[in-house]
Amino acid sequence: MNTCRDNLKLSVKNIKKTFGDTAVIEDVSLELYEIEFVSLLGLSGSGKSTVFNIISGLVMPDAGEVFIEGKNYTGKTGRVSYMYQKDLLMPWKKIIDNVAIPFLLKGQGKKQAREKVKDYFKVFGLEGFEEKYPFQLSGGMRQRAALLRTYMFSRDIMLLDEPFGGLDAITRSKMHCWLLGILENLKTSILFITHDIEEAVFLSDRIYVLSNRPARIKEEIIIDLPKPRERKIVTTENFNRIKRHILSLLDEGEEENGCI
Amino acid sequence: MKRLESTETRKKVSQAATKGVPSLFLFILLITWQVVVDQGIVQKYILPSPLDTIVTFVQILPGLKSHIIITLKEAFTGFFIAICFAVILAVLMDSIKLLKKAVYPLLVVSQTVPIIALAPLFVIWFGFGLLPKVIVVILVCFFPIVISLLDGLNSVDVDMLNMLKSMGANRLQTFRILKFPASMVNFFSGLRIAATYSIMGAVIGEWLGGEGGLGVYMLRVKHSFALDKMFAVILLIVIMSMLLFKGISLIQDLLMPWHKLLNKNIGRQ
Ligand SMILES: Nc1ncnc2c1ncn2[C@@H]1O[C@H](COP(=O)(O)OP(=O)(O)OP(=O)(O)O)[C@@H](O)[C@H]1O
Ligand SMILES: [Mg+2]
Repeated sequence: MNTCRDNLKLSVKNIKKTFGDTAVIEDVSLELYEIEFVSLLGLSGSGKSTVFNIISGLVMPDAGEVFIEGKNYTGKTGRVSYMYQKDLLMPWKKIIDNVAIPFLLKGQGKKQAREKVKDYFKVFGLEGFEEKYPFQLSGGMRQRAALLRTYMFSRDIMLLDEPFGGLDAITRSKMHCWLLGILENLKTSILFITHDIEEAVFLSDRIYVLSNRPARIKEEIIIDLPKPRERKIVTTENFNRIKRHILSLLDEGEEENGCI
Repeated sequence: MKRLESTETRKKVSQAATKGVPSLFLFILLITWQVVVDQGIVQKYILPSPLDTIVTFVQILPGLKSHIIITLKEAFTGFFIAICFAVILAVLMDSIKLLKKAVYPLLVVSQTVPIIALAPLFVIWFGFGLLPKVIVVILVCFFPIVISLLDGLNSVDVDMLNMLKSMGANRLQTFRILKFPASMVNFFSGLRIAATYSIMGAVIGEWLGGEGGLGVYMLRVKHSFALDKMFAVILLIVIMSMLLFKGISLIQDLLMPWHKLLNKNIGRQ
């Protein structure tokens, strides 16, 4: 709805990857438009993180290309920001210095870098925790700090790999609302990995459902639920219809249909 | 719930008890030693008693000042040079894998060469001055520092490395922001060990002759069979080494305030 279809930020074309003799990605193509929230949904081990490693340039695909704003970025790092499954905050740096790392890498001094990130602490709900060390924060706050650091590196395209995977259900659902809330004011395109169907449907404009390893795109689903979304949307009939559909997609090809 | 609590308290009690065990053991040992000498089971000139040692220690300490200064000077100089060499070598070995492959085994083998056999050679080559002692100190301190720093550099989280790489960090930046700070904990463990070795190294060097220093003093009192003085100097060396050890820990706390906090946090869980 609030996607701008004619402004393609990122496109991945027919990537393929094999590690040793395990084929991890068979054929994945995807697109991300400006200010769009797109999820990559797949079971554990289906190759989602590998897709991100390729997009970020850390891993070279065996075949296929990655285009960012029309330019070929296959195998080139330093363009998109990438948040890992773990928060990866450095325990010896205060939160503010952890968040400021992207600016240090751009050659700025510590003081200057701190100045640049200071104002965002309020937006990300981390006010008052600038001078704390990572281990002094709760899991949810650490994820927010990691997200802020990711945002500081590159604002226009962010890859988030299960950023809320380690959080309890209630904190996680709070983080969802919080994330949608701040995204309204940030002009950011997000590619989001998760294996939680409800999370994907609640947050996304579009979802790519991945097959089991080796990964293919099974289906692209457009989530036409109105935005801004509220928590109670998850109990509506529309929401559940999409959920059921995805569930049946993920179930396909499984030998045994246990009780899920 | 109740059972949980009681195990909790039992744990605390046993923790407190374990803390007291080493000092209690030491105390019993000293008392036995004192009694054995006092009863004449072992003659005083063969083994001075703990009390004699302490009395002698207090008596000779003022006169030892110049010797202490010489030994400390040798130990510190050697320690400092060892740190510089070790850091340079560890960084080179970490960034050039081939060099690591070639040098690492040599480093380990070098540790099996007894220093005490090498030291006389240094005297022949470099005389009785400061230099041969400093070389001994460098040799004993170098190894623990290199190995600990290498281990530290090697144990950096791969995902953190990738994260910086994905942000386009170059090698120097990765080193400064991640690898070096990440290896600091290991580095300081190596430093603490090396610091205690440094005094011992200096004394070994002096043992072979020189103008002054605790080793030279020990050699003299040994020749006059003043075993109480000998023991007093050993006590002094132990105290100096422990102080150095503590000193390094203090520096670590100052440079890495987060480390102490982190340990406290872990301890709480
Ligand atoms: N560098 C590598 N070398 C060898 N095998 C790899 C490498 N990276 C990933 N793999 C393999 O690729 C497969 C997919 O891994 P990937 O991390 O992409 O899965 P995922 O979908 O992110 O899983 P999860 O949801 O558990 O994070 C796994 O079987 C993994 O062992
Ligand atoms: Mg993954």
